[in-house]
Amino acid sequence: MKAEHEKGWRNDAHAKVTGRTKYTDDLKFARLLHAAPVYSGFVHARITRIVTEDAERAPGVVRVLTAKDVPGANRFGQIIRDYRIFADDKIRYNGDVVAMVVAETRDLAIRASDLVRVEAEPLPAVLDPEEALKPDAVLVHESHGSNVVNTHRIRRGDIDEGFRQADFVVEEHFRTQCVEHAYMEPEVAVSAPRADGVIEVCGSMQHPFSTRRFVAACLGVPLSGVEVLGTPMGGGFGGKDDTAAVVCARTALAARILGQPVKLMYRRDWSIRESYKRHPYRVDYKMGVARDGRITAVKCRILADGGAYCSVTPWVTWRSTVQCCGPYVVENVHCDTLGVYTNNVVAGAMRGFGSPQMNFVVEQMVEIAAGRLGITGVEFRRRNMVRQGSVTITGQRLGSHKVAMGEVLDAVLRETAYEEKLARCSRGRSDGDELYGVGLAMSYRGVSLGAEGVDFCAAVINVQTDGSILLEVGVHENGQGAESAMSLIAAEELGVSVDRIRYRRASTSTVPDSGTTVASRGTIMGGGAVTLAARELKRRIAEAVCGRLQCLAGAVRFEGGEILDPTGHRRISFDEAICLMFATQHFPHVVGVFRAPRVTWDEHTGQGDAYFTWVYGCQAVELSVNKKTGRVRLLGAVAAHDVGRAVNREMVRGQFFGGMAMATGYALHEEIRTKDGRITNLNLNSYRIPRAMDLPEMKAIIVENRDPNSPSGAKALGEPTNEILAPAIANAVFHATGKREFSLPIRLSAAPEEPPEEECRL
Amino acid sequence: MRLNINGRDLEVPDSVGERRLITFLREDLDLTGAKNACDIGACGACTILVDDEPLKICIKRVKDVAGRRVLTIEGMAAPDGTLHPLQRAFVECGAIQCGFCTPGMVLVAHAFLLRQPHATRDEIRKAMNGNLCRCTGYQQIIDAIEQAAVHYRSAPAHAVPS
Repeated sequence: MKAEHEKGWRNDAHAKVTGRTKYTDDLKFARLLHAAPVYSGFVHARITRIVTEDAERAPGVVRVLTAKDVPGANRFGQIIRDYRIFADDKIRYNGDVVAMVVAETRDLAIRASDLVRVEAEPLPAVLDPEEALKPDAVLVHESHGSNVVNTHRIRRGDIDEGFRQADFVVEEHFRTQCVEHAYMEPEVAVSAPRADGVIEVCGSMQHPFSTRRFVAACLGVPLSGVEVLGTPMGGGFGGKDDTAAVVCARTALAARILGQPVKLMYRRDWSIRESYKRHPYRVDYKMGVARDGRITAVKCRILADGGAYCSVTPWVTWRSTVQCCGPYVVENVHCDTLGVYTNNVVAGAMRGFGSPQMNFVVEQMVEIAAGRLGITGVEFRRRNMVRQGSVTITGQRLGSHKVAMGEVLDAVLRETAYEEKLARCSRGRSDGDELYGVGLAMSYRGVSLGAEGVDFCAAVINVQTDGSILLEVGVHENGQGAESAMSLIAAEELGVSVDRIRYRRASTSTVPDSGTTVASRGTIMGGGAVTLAARELKRRIAEAVCGRLQCLAGAVRFEGGEILDPTGHRRISFDEAICLMFATQHFPHVVGVFRAPRVTWDEHTGQGDAYFTWVYGCQAVELSVNKKTGRVRLLGAVAAHDVGRAVNREMVRGQFFGGMAMATGYALHEEIRTKDGRITNLNLNSYRIPRAMDLPEMKAIIVENRDPNSPSGAKALGEPTNEILAPAIANAVFHATGKREFSLPIRLSAAPEEPPEEECRL
Repeated sequence: MRLNINGRDLEVPDSVGERRLITFLREDLDLTGAKNACDIGACGACTILVDDEPLKICIKRVKDVAGRRVLTIEGMAAPDGTLHPLQRAFVECGAIQCGFCTPGMVLVAHAFLLRQPHATRDEIRKAMNGNLCRCTGYQQIIDAIEQAAVHYRSAPAHAVPS
């Protein structure tokens, strides 16, 4: 039964549209102190002294904190503990924070931050990932022994034999740029000491549990000594992980030392300077193709610039490796992947997580190969794409779910009348100034963490004596509507109105540690836990009421706020059933745990069942290119994604459009620019994210094939929507101009440099 | 110095006039719907309406709105909490995700529809070009404004909060 709810329903919509939602910076605290980070002018340098005395004497300043004030661990990281709360030995990139000023007001803290002096011995900086690999390269982390953060590989089949079977070989080199998440809300955190000694932390972060780990480690206290409260956040997109945790940890440190609440609210320029980015990639790609259109071999080398600290570079590059051939069956694969340290801004998680880069490569390679064969890219894809029962390049048989690659491709072709439009493309020739092109791209994507890590999630359903329901889930509301999706899934499973359910914003002290809300895992993992919790609750209620209904417990149904016997003649209301449970001393309180099905991985061969299920998506775009200016104008975009099951249709559509918009920025507008290792576009006037007029009308085709691996039937959507529009645009540009673009962002030769912002009215 | 905020008159000392308007609204009046996100007037998250015209207030002072009619997002809904038709359209069309840009978006759209209730979709898109959103791709925001426009055409007087 589909739960009844209003179109567009979200539990937080009313508060958000009336401006009453309290984000971290909106919260009020008595005796609140304010902090400001201190950066240095260096890119790579050995710190000799941090002089804080002048700042300490400045008006309103309460304290200046540095690494020596950290009682616990100053270094942290989810994989390698190399990231600092405060830089202690060296400055490794221009965003390293050496100290933090705490003052009575934010303005005074900022003013005093200029008075902290960093004395350091400058070191040569390594800013190019290829340079970083040279034997004589400057080391970013001397103790690590080299600049290689990690490697991954795939060895499948016989690569030499694969190329022998090829009738021709396509070889190209690609580059992608560094981009910023540009969440509308910059990093912010407030920590407050509680009377019982616990430090409470509110902040804009997408992972209360890992934040708690970092905060507790920094303070040297047990996990129970820190309570991180989920707080409404103004966007994350993967970006509010490590940096957000360190911002939280700095405020917790100050709050603990000073015994007062401390807030650290980032300015946009600090956010862009310090926060981690999407990895810039360099990819060398060689594809062998037989005359019948079969891909016989792929050899590729992937080089990711991880910047100054490890962050999640090994995981990001792992996904790139697993998905390095796109959704195509290739028998012979040889892939070498390297993540490297440089003195550039840190790179970490961003929506897509290693797939946008590889799809930009693969989805152009298949079209280049198709062109050589004289067939369309669509035909080439059909001959190679994964189907039901196909075996992936890591040896995983795709049999546990519906392989919907063809279905989403067909949906997009139908909706766009693609083949007809393809015939009309300009290919470099047109009478007027505008060249016309259409292009598409498709992908499959492993859902959730896969073999990156332990993957399980908890949900708590706690029915009150009056039948109202409190729901808590170990996933976090990042703005995507996770709380609403969880509530709808619970309502549907229990056969009650969603109005009955109140989602309790998670606290790390009340719900089990369910990992981070990343990897598009919120709906599938959280929803799985909610479904299992609801089923267990139903089992218990059924046992309590089956006597009254005069039927077996296993036969009762939950519908429309009632519990019915199989005939539907005898019924009892949900409220009455709950009364009965309390009367018979049974708590209607359950914890549901969803454990992701088993995955496997062999790091040596790069073979294994990498993810427990996969999603499939296809996107197409129409555009025009002005011959004189090189300006690309998008005319329309269509996307089809198999979401398993759409829990909340308007939110699903929102993920489609938002993902496609962000991918448009990746394709055409966005790039973190640097000069000698220092970022030069530090605000939203110079770092240009897509505006309303940059985007075309977009169409979302929701494909639903309930996934048997997912208790709720729902799969994943946040990242798939963001990973294929850039190559679709690149392919459309090719069909318009007749020229291939191998670098992101796409800037056509006739195009002038990005014009200055007109919108910025200062 | 006299201010009029969400229909209420407010007398403040002249010294307040030099303060940043956004700080005054957020900290003194607890009207936190206007957000700090760029501090340079580039993103629109701090937008309010002054005499029915959008103003990015992160770069403005209190005195800049003295004697003028200020509307913040908190003044859009009826006093009993009933949503303005434009706000309702935002909810129904799924135009809200993280919500950080939403107050600015609603207010800019409101000002625009008061002026141009017969606007085309393209005109709506253009009107929203100064406000950034990273979540929605603007599609459902434009849907919402288009949907709400009907109301501004049929009952323009009601579209203006008292």
